[in-house]
Amino acid sequence: MQVYDMPDQRGHFGQFGGIFVAETLVEALEELRVMYEKYRYDEAFLAEFAYDLKHFVGRPSPVYHAKRWSDNVGGAQIYLKREDLNHTGAHKVNNTIGQALLAKRMGKPRVIAETGAGQHGVATATIAARLGLECVVYMGSEDVKRQAPNVFRMKLLGATVVPVESGSRTLKDALNEAMRDWVTNIENTFYIIGTVAGPHPYPMMVRDFQSVVGVESKIQMQEMIGRQPDVVVACVGGGSNAMGIFYPYIDVPNVRLIGVEAAGHGMETGMHAAPLTANSPIGVLHGNRTYLMQDTDGNIIETHSVSAGLDYPGVGPEHAWLKDIKRAEYVAITDDEAMAAFHGLCRTEGIIPALESSHALAHAEKMAKTMGKDEIILVNLSGRGDKDINTVAKLANITL
Amino acid sequence: MSRIQTVFTALKASNKKALIPYITAGDPHPNHTVNLMHTLVKTGADMIELGVPFSDPMADGPVIQRASERALVHKVGLTTVLQMVTEFRQTDDKTPVILMGYANPIEAMGIEKFTRFSKMAGIDGVITVDYPPEECKEFISQLQANCMDSIFLLSPTTDSARVDLIVNQASGFLYYVSLKGVTGSANLDIEEVKSRVADIRHKTKLPIGVGFGVKDSITAKNVAAFADAVVVGSRMVQAIENSNDDNLVENVSQLMMELRHAIDA
Repeated sequence: MQVYDMPDQRGHFGQFGGIFVAETLVEALEELRVMYEKYRYDEAFLAEFAYDLKHFVGRPSPVYHAKRWSDNVGGAQIYLKREDLNHTGAHKVNNTIGQALLAKRMGKPRVIAETGAGQHGVATATIAARLGLECVVYMGSEDVKRQAPNVFRMKLLGATVVPVESGSRTLKDALNEAMRDWVTNIENTFYIIGTVAGPHPYPMMVRDFQSVVGVESKIQMQEMIGRQPDVVVACVGGGSNAMGIFYPYIDVPNVRLIGVEAAGHGMETGMHAAPLTANSPIGVLHGNRTYLMQDTDGNIIETHSVSAGLDYPGVGPEHAWLKDIKRAEYVAITDDEAMAAFHGLCRTEGIIPALESSHALAHAEKMAKTMGKDEIILVNLSGRGDKDINTVAKLANITL
Repeated sequence: MSRIQTVFTALKASNKKALIPYITAGDPHPNHTVNLMHTLVKTGADMIELGVPFSDPMADGPVIQRASERALVHKVGLTTVLQMVTEFRQTDDKTPVILMGYANPIEAMGIEKFTRFSKMAGIDGVITVDYPPEECKEFISQLQANCMDSIFLLSPTTDSARVDLIVNQASGFLYYVSLKGVTGSANLDIEEVKSRVADIRHKTKLPIGVGFGVKDSITAKNVAAFADAVVVGSRMVQAIENSNDDNLVENVSQLMMELRHAIDA
């Protein structure tokens, strides 16, 4: 029985979420909200979405028992939800297909997106190519450098990639720039936000599109082991892969939900991207109220993480809510811990995980050691690590 | 009567329109701000819109964003901005000062503390770009309790029902955003703006200012023909950006006098 019913009509999860935007965007968000409400339960829309997820993305993605890695770690059995096997290599595509199908129904010929690691940009460019939509992706110039292969992939797919030179030149600045584009081109443009942040209805809509991850997991775990996991672990930047796997589990008792933020150089150094773990003050950014890394003047501070996809100073409002009502727990993993887990999985399972997902793996590893052999951890392996090989090589002082 | 009301009443009596220049506090350097504010008044400003620097000014174009970045290099936060206004008020207690900025610096200070300190500093009204009326009821009531105006933006996409909602919450004046886009982006369509402003007038007795896209004297003059106030932001900040310490006051003065002349002509 689903008793959890969030958010409210204006996108509030308790005190979090909402619609904090300039007046120029209000009408566009209202149009989007109305259209999404219309199609959210529309059979034809859902059928088209399900068809694409199956035939274009390759869903359902398998759940895999990482037995050798579990044995190596010693303790609980670790299962992986293989979002890395999706077309384009991460969970991001689930959401971009949903939003692009909505854009098509709304008659918008142009889509824009922000991207950090580039996965959301690639996923947007992919579906735009397939549906014949013009696509512009905003990416911090710092990330353009860090994620060159993804930039080239987007260009191959026909997208225009705009490097953003303002602010800290990372994900948050790309989001600012995409918002500016949207305000200016509101009539013909659909803004495909990649995470469970932004103004309502985005956090809810992205969660809904991503919840296929958790819905499948519940069925697959039942089939594989006849029960649900004791713990579900996922990394959290904005938090879309975590919301996707958490959401169907919120009303399932005795399943612990753990979100793993990026501790960067270490929580004590202040150089991290973990607003929930750090108990950052609550504030308003990118259209919603949430926990935010900021200075005493309310200016957003720069974040640090080895993984571009987690390098975000805020967090989706629903995560802020789940933390406050204590339904989910949030912890942080350092760059070094994530790198160790990355190599561990590569060597024992033949799977190269994304650096983002490696944070979830590192925490699962920590937990597993303290648990019994009959206990189960399910990790959302949100993406594959091919995009990160340059970063990893550089850390080891290797020139490719 | 509030300072804002007094100014509009006096202008109306002499059949003139308000010129409201925007500058970002702390741009190009915090030492200049109070002096620049006095310069604006001397050269024809009826009110001053003072921007609070913010790290993520989503509704602003590159020109005003760079102004924020210049100010933030010197750590100009809300507390500093209010100190500047306090200093300005020591020699000018007539010219209304309107703060323009984003919600997060206000929330970081705390709404209660912000309204109290703003009143003490001599602020007359506040425009908070990302606070739509539905999300800031407490803020509006605190401003009212302290006799400061809550000034709201109306945009070309604001539908009629929403205009009703907004004019009911607003005081001081209404700020019509004359184009779809960020500050300083495109050229505005005068006829379209004129007809929208006429529509809004049917719903409110509040004065109506027009801004976002007033790039030159001719546009200012055309807007002044039907609006009660002309707001000039990006163009003003551009003049600051293109100046050095020696010609800053001169360049800003010259632009102000051109605009004043155009509006009064």
